[in-house]
Amino acid sequence: MGTLLEVADLSVRFGGVVALDRVSFQVEQGQVVALIGPNGAGKTTLFNVITRVYRPSQGTVLVDGRSVLAIRPHNVVRHGLARTFQNVALFRSMTVLDNVLVGDHTHTKSGWLQASVPLPGAVAAESAARKRALEMIDFVGMRMHADRPVATLPFGVQKRVELARALVSKPRLLLLDEPAGGISHEEVDAMARLLRRVHTELGVTMLLVEHHMNFVMGISDRVVVLDFGKKIAEGSPAEVQRNPAVIEAYLGAA
Amino acid sequence: MQEFLQLVLSGIATGGIYASLALALVLIYNAMGLVNFAQGEMAMLATFVGYALITRGMSFWIAFPVTLVLAFGGGIVIQRVVIKPVEKAPVLTLVIITLGLATLVNGLAGFIWGYLPRTFPSPFSSDSVDLGGVFVSYRDVGVIAVTGVVLLCVYLLLQHTTVGLTLRAAAHHPEASRLLGVHVSWMLALGWGLASAVGAVSGMMVAPVLFLEPNMMQTIIIYAFAAAVLGGIESPLGAVVGGLIVGVTINLAGAYLPGVGGDLQLAVGLAIIIVVLILKPNGLFGQAAVRRV
Repeated sequence: MGTLLEVADLSVRFGGVVALDRVSFQVEQGQVVALIGPNGAGKTTLFNVITRVYRPSQGTVLVDGRSVLAIRPHNVVRHGLARTFQNVALFRSMTVLDNVLVGDHTHTKSGWLQASVPLPGAVAAESAARKRALEMIDFVGMRMHADRPVATLPFGVQKRVELARALVSKPRLLLLDEPAGGISHEEVDAMARLLRRVHTELGVTMLLVEHHMNFVMGISDRVVVLDFGKKIAEGSPAEVQRNPAVIEAYLGAA
Repeated sequence: MQEFLQLVLSGIATGGIYASLALALVLIYNAMGLVNFAQGEMAMLATFVGYALITRGMSFWIAFPVTLVLAFGGGIVIQRVVIKPVEKAPVLTLVIITLGLATLVNGLAGFIWGYLPRTFPSPFSSDSVDLGGVFVSYRDVGVIAVTGVVLLCVYLLLQHTTVGLTLRAAAHHPEASRLLGVHVSWMLALGWGLASAVGAVSGMMVAPVLFLEPNMMQTIIIYAFAAAVLGGIESPLGAVVGGLIVGVTINLAGAYLPGVGGDLQLAVGLAIIIVVLILKPNGLFGQAAVRRV
C-alpha cells in the first residue's frame, strides 16, 4: 500500500479566474475517494489537470511518485490512468464493441503497419483484444448490446459502456466524472453496486466526482470537499457530513 | 435499352472516379470538420508525378502504386507542414488555407509542367467487348475494377484493422481518444495521407480521358463535392454511393435531356449540391447532428 495519486499545492487560473487554489490531497492505493462540492467548485478542472487537458499554474500531480506533467497526453493511459466524462465521451456512430476496443488498443503492441495489414500475428492479437473487450462488456452487464451503435442506446447504458472502455485499459487509477449523473434511481443503485465490484474484483483505485450524496456516502472511503477552488474539508463520509464548513458551503450561511 | 445500359455502365465508371475523390473529401472532413478545397489539386499533382514516372519509362502498373505511395507521403507532409501549425485555428481560417493550398499546388504544377494539355497513357485498351448487344469498353471495366478494389481496401482498412479503428476514433472524438492512448495528431496526418492517395486514384483514372493539365480536376472536384454532399459529408459509404449516383445521373442527363450535353453537365452537378442541401442537408447516409448540452 502506498500513495497512488498525490495532488500538491495545485492552482489553476483562467485569466483572472482562480479555478483551483492551492489544493492538496492524496489517494492511497486501493481507496475510493470522492471529490464533492457545489457547482463551479473546480472538480472537473482538477480531473482535467490530472489527465493533461489543462496545465496547472502551480503545483504538482504525482501518479505513483511520477509527475503527470512530464507525461505526454496520449501516454497518460500507459501510466495506469483512465477516466470517464460527465456527459459521456463515446464514439457515437461506432458499436459498443468498437468503442471498448479503442480503449484496449494500447495493449495490442503491434506497430501501425502490422496493425493495418492482416498478418497472422496481427489477427491473433486482434482476436485476443476482442476477447478482452467482450469480457469487459460482460462485466458491466452489456453483452446483449455489444454490436449496437452507441448512439442508439439509452444514457444509462452509455455510462456503463464508457466505464467498460476505461476499464479495459487495466487502469490502476480510475477517475469517474459524475458516474451517477443523469441516470434514474434504479440505475444509480446498480451503478454503485457495479463500482463496488470494480473496486473489489478488479482492484481499481477510484477518484470520483459526484453530486449524488447517498451514492457518495455509500461508496467512498474518504471524501474531499472543494468550494470555490479551495479544499474546505477532508475525511470519512461521516466526518464530512458533520463538518460545519461543508454544511455552510452547501446550504449557505445559517 | 442497350444504349441506356451502356450509358449506365460508363456512368458507373466515371462515378467510381468521383467516388474516390469524394471519399478523400469525406476522410478529411471527418478528421477536421472541414472540406479540403485543395483535394482536387493534390490529386492533379499526384497525377503529374505519375506522368513523370511513366514518361521516364516506368510501366503504368508500376507507376500507379508508386504514385499512390508518394501521394500518401505527400499528404502526410502537407498535414505536418501546412495544417498542423494552424490546427486550432477557426474553421474559416482553415478553409482559406486549403483554398490557398489549392492555388499554390495549381501554380506549382503549371510552373513545372506548363498549361499545355498532355495525353496521359491509358492502361486499358480502347476496344469494346460485346455483352449480349451491350458494348462495354475495356476502359470502363478497368476503371470500375481499379476504383472498386481501392475503395474496398480503404473500407477494410477503416473498418477491420486497429489502425482504422483508432483513425476513426481520433477523427470522432480527439479528446477522449488522446486519453485512451491514441496519438491523435499522427492519426490526423495518416488521414491526410490516406485521402491524398485515394484522391490520386481519381486523378490517375480520369487523366487518360480528360488530358493532363493543371486545371484538369476543377470540374471533377465539383462532381466529387456533389457526391460527398449527396451521400452525407461524414459518411465514407455515402461518398461512394453518391459518386456512383452522380456519375450515372450526369451521363443519362447528358444523353437524354436536351441541351445538357457538354458544359451544362457541370450545372447538373451544382444542381445536385443545391437540391440536396435544401431537401436533405445530411445527405443519404448522414446523421443529423445531435449535441447534448
